[in-house]
Amino acid sequence: MSTLFLQQIANGLLDGVYYLLIALGLSLIFSLGGIVNLAHGAFYAIGAYLTVLLGPHIGFGGAMFVVPGLVAILGVLVERLLFQRFYRSDPILSLLLTFGLAMVAEQVLRMIFGAPPLSYSIPSWLRGQIFLGDFIYSRYRGTLILIAASCVLALWFLLNRTAFGRVVRAGVQNPDMVGALGIALPPYMMAVAAIGIGLAGLAGVLLAPIYSIHPAMGQEIITPAFVVVVIGGLGSFWGVVAAALLVGVVKGATIGLGYPQFATAVIYLMMLLVLLFRPRGLFGERIQRFE
Amino acid sequence: MSEFIRPSRRSLIKAAGATALAGTIGMPAISRAQSDVLRFGHLTPRTGFLGPLGEFAVMAADLAVEEINAAGGVMGRKLEILKEDSVNPQTASTKAERMIERDKVACIIGEISSASCLTIAQVAARTKTLYVNTGGNSDALRGANCNKFMFHVESQNSMYVKTCGRSLMQQGLVKGKKWFSLTADYAFGHDLLKVAKRFMEANGGQFAADKLVPTDLTDFSALLIEIRNAKPDLVISNLAGNQITNFLKQYSEFGLTFPVAGFGFDTALAWAAGKDNFGGTWPVVWHHLIDTPNSKKFVQAFTAKYKKPPENQAWGDYLAVKIFAQTMNEIKSTDSMKIIEHWEKGAKFDVMKTREGYFRKSDHQMMHEMYTVQAVGASAKNQWDIFTSSPAVPAANESLEIIATTAEENECKMA
Repeated sequence: MSTLFLQQIANGLLDGVYYLLIALGLSLIFSLGGIVNLAHGAFYAIGAYLTVLLGPHIGFGGAMFVVPGLVAILGVLVERLLFQRFYRSDPILSLLLTFGLAMVAEQVLRMIFGAPPLSYSIPSWLRGQIFLGDFIYSRYRGTLILIAASCVLALWFLLNRTAFGRVVRAGVQNPDMVGALGIALPPYMMAVAAIGIGLAGLAGVLLAPIYSIHPAMGQEIITPAFVVVVIGGLGSFWGVVAAALLVGVVKGATIGLGYPQFATAVIYLMMLLVLLFRPRGLFGERIQRFE
Repeated sequence: MSEFIRPSRRSLIKAAGATALAGTIGMPAISRAQSDVLRFGHLTPRTGFLGPLGEFAVMAADLAVEEINAAGGVMGRKLEILKEDSVNPQTASTKAERMIERDKVACIIGEISSASCLTIAQVAARTKTLYVNTGGNSDALRGANCNKFMFHVESQNSMYVKTCGRSLMQQGLVKGKKWFSLTADYAFGHDLLKVAKRFMEANGGQFAADKLVPTDLTDFSALLIEIRNAKPDLVISNLAGNQITNFLKQYSEFGLTFPVAGFGFDTALAWAAGKDNFGGTWPVVWHHLIDTPNSKKFVQAFTAKYKKPPENQAWGDYLAVKIFAQTMNEIKSTDSMKIIEHWEKGAKFDVMKTREGYFRKSDHQMMHEMYTVQAVGASAKNQWDIFTSSPAVPAANESLEIIATTAEENECKMA
C-alpha cells in the first residue's frame, strides 16, 4: 500500500469524527424517547450561525463554551414543548413533527441572516499545519479531533459510570420498569435532549470555520449522520462511534483509489448492505420496545 | 403506565419516504391575470446548493421591476413579476408551464442550474414563449440544445474558460504546465471540464489529474491530500455553489501553496470564504467594482435597498428584466416572435460595461465583456472588496466574439 493511500485511510478516520457529534445525539434521543429527530441538523446550523454572531464578541474559544449551552437550552425548550408529547406515540408522528421543525428552522435562519452564505475563518491561533513525515494535517483539525474525542469519552463516562447513566440506560431498555421503581424519567429525557442537541450545537461551532455557513447546512449533515446511526446500530454507543470512523475510512479509501465521484454514494451503499445483512446495525442492541 | 408503541423499521422507512415526497410538492396558486398589468415569470433555485445565488437573482429582479414601474412601466402597463423557487429540472418545467399557461406571463427569466435551463427551454419552445437564461453556463445550452426561444444573458462556459485562460497564459501557467482539476459531477461541471480540456490542449498544457466531485461532498481534505501529493503547477476548480466556498476555506486551512484558478465562479462564494481564505484567479461576468456610470448606479441602488453589494448573479437577472422592458417599449409589442426578430437583428444594449452587448444570431448568446478577478488577501479593506479586476476581456480593439465558441466548436442548429 502506498503512503498516499495510508494517508487517505488516516484522514478518513478523522473525517468520520465530524459526523460523530451529530450521530451520537441522534442515537441518544432516539434510543430513549423514540424520537427520530430530523431537526437535529437544524441545531447544528443554529450553532454555526450563533458562532458567526457571537464570535466577534466572545472569540472562538468563548463560542465553543457558550454556543453549545445556548443551543442546549433551545433543545430543552423544544423537548419540553414538543418532543415530550410524542414519546408515547407512533414515531411517524414525531418524524413528521421534526421534519417540519427542520424546515421552519431553515426558513427562520434564511429570514434573519439571508440566503447567501456567511463567512467565518479559523482563528489565527489555530491556523497552520502539522507535518508527520509525509503526512499533512491542519492544526485546526487536530484540535477539533481532540475536542470531539474528549466529548465522546465524557459522554461514555456519563452513560456508563454514573448513576445518571444507569437510569438512562435502564430507561432505554424498559421505561415502564424504571417508572415502577419510583424513578421519574422525564427529567432524564430532558437532560438527554439537552446533551444530544448541545453536541449538535458544538459541531456547528467546530465546523463553522471550515465549512460553508448557509441556511441549508443542517440538511447537508443530517443524512450522513443518519446513515452512521443506521450502520452503527440504534442504542449502541460504540456502534455509532465505529460506524462514523468506518464511514470516514471507506470514503477516504474511495477517494484514495481514484473514485472521488463515488465518495458520497459509497456510504449509502454501506447502509444498504448493513440493512440487508444486519438490519439491527453492526453493533445494534436488542431494545425490547423496538422489536 | 401504558406500553410504548412499537414501530417497525419498515414503517419508519415508509414515513421517511412520505415526508421526502411531501417536500417536493409545490407552492400554492397565484392570483389571476389582469389586463392593466404585464407579467414576467421568474424562476431560479432558491434552496439547495445554488440557493444562495438565487437569492441575489430575486433581489435584483425585484429592484429592476421597481425601477421600471417608477419610470412608467412597460407600454404604459404596470410590470409584475411572478417569482418561484425552481427547485430541480422537473419542478422548473412544471412551474414554467403553469406560469405560461395559467398566469399568462409574457416571458420567463432566470435560472442558475444548466439542467433546469434545459427543461424550461423545452417548455418555452413548445409554448412559443421567450426564455432568457441568466445563470446557466453550459455550452450545450447554446450548442446541441440551443433553441429559437432561448436567449442567454449569462456567459457560456467557453467565455469563462477563455477569459480566465488569458490571465493564466499571462502568468505563464498554461504552456507545458500540469493542472489538477476538481469538477462538480453534474451537467455544468462535465460541460466545463470538456471546454477546459479543449483550451488546455490547444495551448500546450496537460492535466496531472482531473477528479469528479459529488455536489454533496463538503469535506475536501482527502482531495487536498491528493493535490499535495501530485504537486501540480496549478489547481483548477470547476466546482459550483457552496462547494467553492468549502474548497477555498479548506485549501487555505491546509496551507497549500500551488496557484489556484477556476472556470466557474460567483462573488457571493468568495465573500462567504472571507478575505482570509479567498485566493486565486477567477473569471466573472460582472462584479460590483466595475467602474462605469451605469454599473455604479446599479451597485448604489442595490446596496441602498439590501444593505450589501450585488454579486454577479444579481447583474444577470437585473439586466434581463431591463432588456425585456426596454425592448417591449421600443418595438411596442410583447409578442415573442417580434422580440426575437428584433434581437436577432443585432439590437444593442447597455450592459453596464464599457461596450454595449448584443445577442449573437447564431446561438443567441449575449456578446459582452468579461473580467478576471484576483484575490487581494487579508489586506482587503472590507469584506466585499476582496479582489482586484483585470481590464475588460476582450480588449477594446478586439471583437467581442473572440472569447465565445467558434463556428466550428458550436453545434447549434436553430430550428
